[in-house]
Amino acid sequence: MDWSAIFLTLRLALVVCATLLVVGTPIALWLSFTRWRWKFFVESIVALPLVLPPTVLGFYVLVAMGSNSPIGRWYQSFTGHGLPFTFEGLAIASVIYSLPFAVQPMAAAFSQVDRNLINASSILGASRLRTFLRVVLPLSVGGVITGFVLSFAHTLGEFGVVLMVGGNIPGVTRTVSIAIYDHVQALDYAGANRMALLLMAFSFVTLSITYSLNRRIWAVWPMHR
Amino acid sequence: MAFGTGGASDGRLSVRIAHRLSNSFALEAGFEAPAGFTMLLGPSGGGKTTLLNCIAGFVRPDAGRISLGTRVLFDSDARIDMPVAERQLGYVFQNLALFPHLTVAQNVQYGIVKLPADERRARMMTMLESFRIAHLIARKPGEVSGGERQRAALARSLVTNPAALLLDEPLVALDNATKSKILDDLRAWNTANEIPILYVTHSPEEAFALGERVVVLDGGRILAQGMPQYVLSTPRHETIAQVVGFENVFDATVRSIAETQGTMLCQLDGSPTQLEVPLGHTEAGDRVRIAIRAGDIIIAAERPHGLSARNSFPGRVLSIRREGVRAVVMIEAGATFEIHLTPAAIDELRIEAEMEVWLVIKTYSCNLVEPSVR
Repeated sequence: MDWSAIFLTLRLALVVCATLLVVGTPIALWLSFTRWRWKFFVESIVALPLVLPPTVLGFYVLVAMGSNSPIGRWYQSFTGHGLPFTFEGLAIASVIYSLPFAVQPMAAAFSQVDRNLINASSILGASRLRTFLRVVLPLSVGGVITGFVLSFAHTLGEFGVVLMVGGNIPGVTRTVSIAIYDHVQALDYAGANRMALLLMAFSFVTLSITYSLNRRIWAVWPMHR
Repeated sequence: MAFGTGGASDGRLSVRIAHRLSNSFALEAGFEAPAGFTMLLGPSGGGKTTLLNCIAGFVRPDAGRISLGTRVLFDSDARIDMPVAERQLGYVFQNLALFPHLTVAQNVQYGIVKLPADERRARMMTMLESFRIAHLIARKPGEVSGGERQRAALARSLVTNPAALLLDEPLVALDNATKSKILDDLRAWNTANEIPILYVTHSPEEAFALGERVVVLDGGRILAQGMPQYVLSTPRHETIAQVVGFENVFDATVRSIAETQGTMLCQLDGSPTQLEVPLGHTEAGDRVRIAIRAGDIIIAAERPHGLSARNSFPGRVLSIRREGVRAVVMIEAGATFEIHLTPAAIDELRIEAEMEVWLVIKTYSCNLVEPSVR
């Protein structure tokens, strides 16, 4: 068993989920409550990773991070090394790749909160932050958990983006899915099977937990609002 | 109509707004609500809730001015739009909007969290006691009865000492006994805390019973406002007639005018029946619309005589329907009349279907209404 790949994958998934909570919650809130007429553009951008092949996404992230792009150069001048083929680069790419999996369940849950409850909170003198923390968040905790678990499970299993952006550096960017691919390439089917089983069991358990936690929000498919 | 800013000391609510909701619906309203109950009466979809939401700040009007005492909540000319949280208003929503995940105590304390804990608790208990729900503090809204939920919602709004209270049909789901007990408690509270209470209802009975002032709103416009007796008993507009409960509305033609008597004789359309009604600004041959309350028509078992009432004519009972404490009798007399009686009157006169009776209507029970402009 390739334990370093397993730990790396778990670490990556946790970092990505934590980042997504911080980045995804405001996006989800904004999507749920804005009346901006062009909001669907933002919705489409957030949902893009759902339909794009991971290689396409990975390719553009790689280009954006590369030393020929302003972002890549800025990061390099800042830290002394480039983003591609590092854990940080992999984490950034994974955040983008899993964004819809975090944002959509959260946005769905936020927009199901009765507007009158939010209005009641404001007319009782509460700030927007307090309304969010005391009313919106407690009433949509299921959606937030769903978003967290889904993006966690999704990050665990990603392959294309990792291969494009991270490559296959043991201990740095070699995740479980890459390790499985390696085992198969080396005709080590038993090794591939052990890791694949682990990944499958883990994904099944997380999904089961999520489904049992909030069936209502999940009635059809988490992406549908 | 004049809109003063109100005296410095009186906390009256002064509203003059225009707000377009869609191509076909625009709200345009101006009224003042001094301390006490002002009833906002009108059919569903008439703009009542939108008006409340503009005052609360949930909806920003296109234009106008809203002030409460000396505070300006909204002024499109001066570009003032006070944030909802600073308006110091109480709002009881139609669905109450109690926070389902918080206990009654947490709900009631929600608006006063900035106070020190002991003062907060004392104020909450006082309020809960005056609304008789002190024993429910540990329960969640889903675990108490409908009437108790209403009381909790009122307590949550009033504990903040609002400068005005907005009620959006808050008691619509309650039985009359529970409702009147809650209203008594609210009235008692209002005597001690003189603030404007804007009470939205579609029930004329409620408006009649509660309001010191009534504002009739339909199609986004105020059709009438003033004392309930004034607004409800002299409808000048067909929609008001329907809103305030004129069950009988007839189209008719003026046949003759008795200038000196102050009356005129009108022939109901498609009917031989003629009614003497108060004189309007009309001439013989003009079309008019006559509205009569079902409770204002008297039934006699035989031809009445020696009456002051000018209209009496025979009819035939079509049906009798009991609705709680009243009986609704439909009578064919050239046109179909709806008449409300007490069950005792039905029993005493032995009124039954197919029976021949006489209808008696006072001239001044016949109200001339203008056809609706909608």
